[in-house]
Parts: sequence; structure tokens; C-alpha cells
Amino acid sequence: MSALLEMKGISKSFYGTQALKDVNIQISSGEIQAVCGENGAGKSTLMNIMTGILQPDEGDILFDGEKLVDLNPSQAQARGISIVHQELSLCPEVSVAENIFMGRVPEKKRGLVNFKEMRLEAEKVLARLNLKIDVKQPVGRLSISEQQMVEIAKALSINARVLILDEPTSSLTESESKILFENLLRLKKEGIAIFFISHRLKEIFHICDSYTVLRDGVYVGSGQVAEIEPDDIVRMMVGRELDQSYPDKGTEIGKSVLSVANISREDEFENISFQINEKEIVGVFGLIGAGRSETMQTVFGINQPDSGTIKLFDKDVTANNTRENIDQGLIYITEDRKAQGLFLEMDLNANVVAADLEQVTRNGMVDKKKVAAVGEKFVKIMNTKYADLEQPVKSLSGGNQQKVLLAKWLAVDPRVLILDEPTRGIDVGAKFEIHATLRELSNNGHAVMFISSELPEILGLSDRILIMHQGRLVGELDAKTATEEEVMMYASGRKDDFNN
Amino acid sequence: MAIINKLKNSLGKELGALTGLILLGIIMTVASPHFLTLTNLMNILRQSSLIAIAAAGMTFVIITGGIDLSVGSVLSLSSCLTAGMMVSHGWNVWLAVIFGLLAGGVLGIINGVLITRIPLPPFISTLGMMGVARGFAFVYTDGAPIYGLPESFKYLGAGMIGPVPFPAILMVITYLICYFLLNKTKIGRYAYALGGNEEAAILSGINTKYYKTIVYALTGFFAALAGLILAGRLDAATSVAGDGFELDVIAAVVIGGTSLSGGRGRIVGSLIGALIMGVVRNGLNLLLVSSHWQRVILGLIILLAVTVDVVRKQSSEDQEGTLSSFFANLKSN
Repeated sequence: MSALLEMKGISKSFYGTQALKDVNIQISSGEIQAVCGENGAGKSTLMNIMTGILQPDEGDILFDGEKLVDLNPSQAQARGISIVHQELSLCPEVSVAENIFMGRVPEKKRGLVNFKEMRLEAEKVLARLNLKIDVKQPVGRLSISEQQMVEIAKALSINARVLILDEPTSSLTESESKILFENLLRLKKEGIAIFFISHRLKEIFHICDSYTVLRDGVYVGSGQVAEIEPDDIVRMMVGRELDQSYPDKGTEIGKSVLSVANISREDEFENISFQINEKEIVGVFGLIGAGRSETMQTVFGINQPDSGTIKLFDKDVTANNTRENIDQGLIYITEDRKAQGLFLEMDLNANVVAADLEQVTRNGMVDKKKVAAVGEKFVKIMNTKYADLEQPVKSLSGGNQQKVLLAKWLAVDPRVLILDEPTRGIDVGAKFEIHATLRELSNNGHAVMFISSELPEILGLSDRILIMHQGRLVGELDAKTATEEEVMMYASGRKDDFNN
Repeated sequence: MAIINKLKNSLGKELGALTGLILLGIIMTVASPHFLTLTNLMNILRQSSLIAIAAAGMTFVIITGGIDLSVGSVLSLSSCLTAGMMVSHGWNVWLAVIFGLLAGGVLGIINGVLITRIPLPPFISTLGMMGVARGFAFVYTDGAPIYGLPESFKYLGAGMIGPVPFPAILMVITYLICYFLLNKTKIGRYAYALGGNEEAAILSGINTKYYKTIVYALTGFFAALAGLILAGRLDAATSVAGDGFELDVIAAVVIGGTSLSGGRGRIVGSLIGALIMGVVRNGLNLLLVSSHWQRVILGLIILLAVTVDVVRKQSSEDQEGTLSSFFANLKSN
């Protein structure tokens, strides 16, 4: 079988960071191919190039023997290359039929919508997916899985020959996924080539014919699913050198300070229990959609759990709000420093004292001298590089912004720290300093928990590792003996200590 | 029969607002013997028609997730220009009317261009237009009303066909046209798409800038039509006409169940919303409530309408009309 679509030697970099390097991938009609890789392995970039959203720096795209040059989204669509994004992009108040034909509604005369033809065509496309629904109803009334079928129908309605599904099952239940798979097999019989991007190995082995693995933007390997074991794919996805140095691990573990018992929140996470101790760093790993941030935000009091209890220093804080928790010494540092963590237009000092203005006020008024003193103290502790304490935070580098964010929270004198992706998108030097600070805090008796999507960081910085998969806690490992493969087994749902 | 069924269907969706209108009517009938008379009801229709006609255009804008604060000023400027053309330049009435309506449309297009090309937020762009158009009306008239309009022009505002005021006929025609535009043409269907998920609309290849601009042109056009009717009724065009008009119009649309966050709304609802505003105003007059207090009460109604919109957005289930879902929410809280 000759390839329908072939990409050869694709490279792409953003602002000096190599996102893809010399990647090859090809697919034939009627083939379902898994595209595997960790978060940030370059899967999305590759698919965006395939659909004309991004232009490659180097490399060729061949479609049906024809070389596609300067591909843009509408040309890709015209050739039948369609993508269904992970985030559904439908208009909830608009009817099913209109969503399917959005931007291409059939017309009677100029400007006049031919509703009858649109309905019939929409029903025809949905019939290919074995979905019988009233196409006149608003999309928002459908279940998530039906909405996804509508998205697929939308992709098919442009005569798709290559269909890309980006994490299609991430918001589906098991039975809904089954229906999706039946449909994919039906489309496969029609001769459509399907790229299936998923973290879930079980699904890959259930539905896919072939696979391609990417790691850090580099092509690692490809082949037939029938000829490989799931564990091999995991190894290909993570196999890399631990090339960073991390601070020494903790030697003793203090008393338990935060214990969480059986907390659940509908559609977010289920039955999560863990405890964290003084003088210990706990890393929480999971793939996107595992429910890590949602869980920690609930622990911090941004949301309340539907059930279960949270105890801080032996006091029940389940119903606490964030202010009460901060006063008790529990803090949560957001993963999105720009949108949720910092006041970008304000200066360093103002940011550092923002979480606790009490300590810098006198007679109800903010004392500028105190602000400067506190600001300087904590910015120094974090070894932040700056020109002027009164320069706006947005003028700092990402790493230094992250340090200011940490400084801000250290200024409230926390005992228990939960950090969400504390080193994402920052340079290696700043990363190392943040790691060192966290270890120092831990050695001084603080309890530290952090969420990370980077395996080396999880293994290198933690004393203990918790792993989540689809809203559940599935594994707990000692970081001294754990391996990347082992952690990935749990995170991709291959292994589950608590729920099976 | 099919048409009757359709009518039934669309009235069913307006059940909430319609119930509110009927309740108000019953209350007023009990409260004042002068309410339920043919003359008074026709009077309400005449009074409501201005808000209703401008609300028809506003419904499109709000469905796309926008807002147009300039309708009052556009109303005034278009009516002054029309009157000026007839009185000072001796233009034919038809020509002057068409000129005035087009002027409203052009002001709307300017709004649309500012919003889509620069791009300015609709609030800012139309706030600016509100000042600019009002200012031009003052400049053009030098602040003095333009009197002495031709008899045939006055028919627009004061004419009667049997017992029915001519503005009410124009109102019905406006709503028939807008119902058609919103439900049967690409302009309307893409307006919903735009307001519901602009990103998706763009990704689907819809020329969102073009359709947004058209929608603002529509509000400008209908605001101008309201202006001409007002001038006809008063036998004068003034630069102070329609001051605060935008609030009444937006309130009518929101009471009618169109969401201020966009993507959701129906044209018939806006008509009912405008009638509710008309009945309230008329009722307060009949009950001899001072015009000062009327302002307070109408302000409160606007707050209530927006509260309903916000509450409705918070509730996940919304298959019913405005008031019923509002009451359902009150119960569940």
C-alpha cells in the first residue's frame, strides 16, 4: 500500500527552541495510526503543520503523490485533511446541522440558507457515524460524546481523506469511547486515514494498526502495533538521559501536616487520599487531564470537595476558603503565573507583599518603607535578578518572574506549600535555583508538594511520587527507587495500585 | 397549518416574557379603568413602536456578543438630517426619508468598521459614536428644533390605518423582516455562531468582520427609522431626541430573553420586551406616578432584566423562557 500522506524531514522551531527535528511520518488509506509521546513531545506541532496552521522550517509534505508547498488551512481542508481538536469548537446555541456546515451553509439564493438541504446533508453525514439525532436542536443539548460525533461529522463533511483526532477520548466515558471506536472502524472501512493522538496505551492497542513515537520533538520510531508490546512504547516515549542535577534528597521525614481522605469532586477527581509530611517533597505526576490541578485547588480551598475530608495540622479544614487556609500556613502557587499569579504591571515590591498587606501597614495605611524592606528581603532570598525593585514584573524573564511569585508566597510565612508546575517554561539556571530553594525549605521543616509534567523533575526533586490517571490516584512510589518507565506505566493507566 | 404550528412553537419559547406581559396587563386592568380601552391599547402600541423597532436591530448586535450605545444619538442625527433636507433644501419626502435611513445605516457601518478593523471593543466604539453623532446633531441644528415638516412625513408618526397607528404597522413589518433575516439568512445564522463561539466561527471560515459590520449597520438603520417616526409624531426633529434611548432599547432586548453574553436570543422576545416597557410606562402614567419616579422604576426594571440574564447564565438548565427560569432559580436557591 502506498502512502496517502507522507511528511519527510519536518523541522520546526519557535523562538530558538526546536519543537520538531527531522520528523518522518506516513499514513495510508484505511489505516489508523497512533501518534504517541509525552506532553511537549511535538505531536500537536506536527499535526498543526499537517493541517496548514503552521509552516515547517524544513521538510516536505506529500499528499497523494503531490508535493504540498506553503499549505494553509483552507488548502488542507480542500484536499480533505481535517482535524478534530481536543477542545470542542462548536457553537452551543446553534443547531447541529448549522454547526456541521458552519462557514459552508448551502444556499437557495444569495444569502438565503437552504435549511432543507442542510438538514438532509447533515443527517447523511451523521448516518455514516450511526448517529440518529434531531439535527435541528442546538448542539449544547447533546452529550459531550454526541458533540464530538458532530465535530467528526463536521470534519467528514468536507470529504475528509485524512482525519486527525487529538485526544478524542479525554472527555469520554468508557462506553462513549466504545461508540467512538466503532465509528472509527467504520470510517477506516471507507478508506479514510486516521491519526489517533492519545496518551492511553490501552486504546492505542485496541484500535490502531500502526504507531509513531515522538520524544522531545524527535522521531523515535514507528511500526505495526501488532508487533510491539505496550511497555516498549512507554520506553520509547520516555527513554532519555537524566541530564540535570538535582539537590540531594531529604534524609529524615517529619510529622504529618496535611492529610486528605477520600475527597471527590464530580467530573474532576475521585476518592483521592494522601498525606504530606514535614521535611519531605512530594511530586505529583500525571498526563494532561489527570485531574492534578483540580485536586490541589480543592485541597487549597478554591473549590470544596463533594465528599471526603481535608485535615491541616490535625484540624478539619475541608470547608475552609483560601484565605483561612493561607492564615493556617497552607499555600498553593498557580501554574499560570501570568494570568493567575502576578500583577504584571506592578513592581517587584508590590507583588511580593500582595498576598499579605497586613505586615506592611501602619494605622491602616500601607507603609512604603516596610514594603521596600519586605520586598527586598524575599526577592534576595530567591536570588532574583533585577535592575530596580520598582521595575514592573513583566520586564523580568520567565524564571525571575517565577521567583517573584515564590517570594510573594514565602512572604506570608507558609508551612505547607503546594506548587503547580513551578518550573514550567523557565531556563535551566532558574530551574535549578528553584529546586534548591524548595529543598532548603523542606530541610527547614516545611512540607512541599509539587505538580509537574516533567518526568526527570519528578524523579529528581521528589522524595515520594504520587501518580494520577483520569481523576484517580493510581500509584505511590519512593523516588529513590522509581524509574521513568514505572511512573509512566501508572500515568498511562497500564498499572493501578489502588483501584483494581 | 404549518405556519400556525411554527407560530405556536415560537410563541411557546417566549412563554416567560409573554406571561410577564399578560400579568402586567391584568394588574393594570385591575388598577386602572382606563387601561383596557381600545384607545389606550393603541396608544401603548404607538409608544412601544419606537423602542421595539430599534430593539429589533439591537437584538442582532447583542446576539453577536456586542452592544450598541449609539442608537439614541443615531436616532436624533438621522431625524435632524431628514428634517433639514425637507425643510431647508426642499427635498422630496421619499428622498429625504431614504437619505435619513441610509445615514443611520452608514453610522452603523462606521461602528462596525471601528469594531472589526481597529479593533475597538463595541462598548467603547459605540460610546464614542454616541457622543459624536449627538454632537453633529447639535452642530447641524444649532440646538434648535426643526419644525414645519410636510404633512405626508408626519403620517410616519401620527398616521392611522383604521384604529391602528401607522408606527405599529411599521413595527410589525420590521419584525417580519428581522425574523426572516435572523432565522432564514446567513446573516442571522452566522450572528448566532459569532456570538456563541467566535473562535469556532473564524476557524470555520466565516468572514466574521463582514457579518459583524452588517449587524451594526442594521441597528443604525432601525434606530434611524425610529427617529423618523418620532420626528413625524412630534412634528419636529430635535438634537435632544432619544436621550437615554439606548437603555430602554437594551432593556427591551434583555427582557425579551436575549443574553448579553451573546449567542442566544430571539427576535420575538425583543418585541414582547418592548411591549412590556411600553405597558409599564403607560401604566405609571395612568397611575399618575411622577416622571421622576418613572425613571427610578424603569432603572430598576433594567437591573432586574440583567439580573435575570446573569442568573440564567449561571443555571445550566435553560430550556424555558426568561421569567419561568428565573422563578425556578429563586426556588432552587
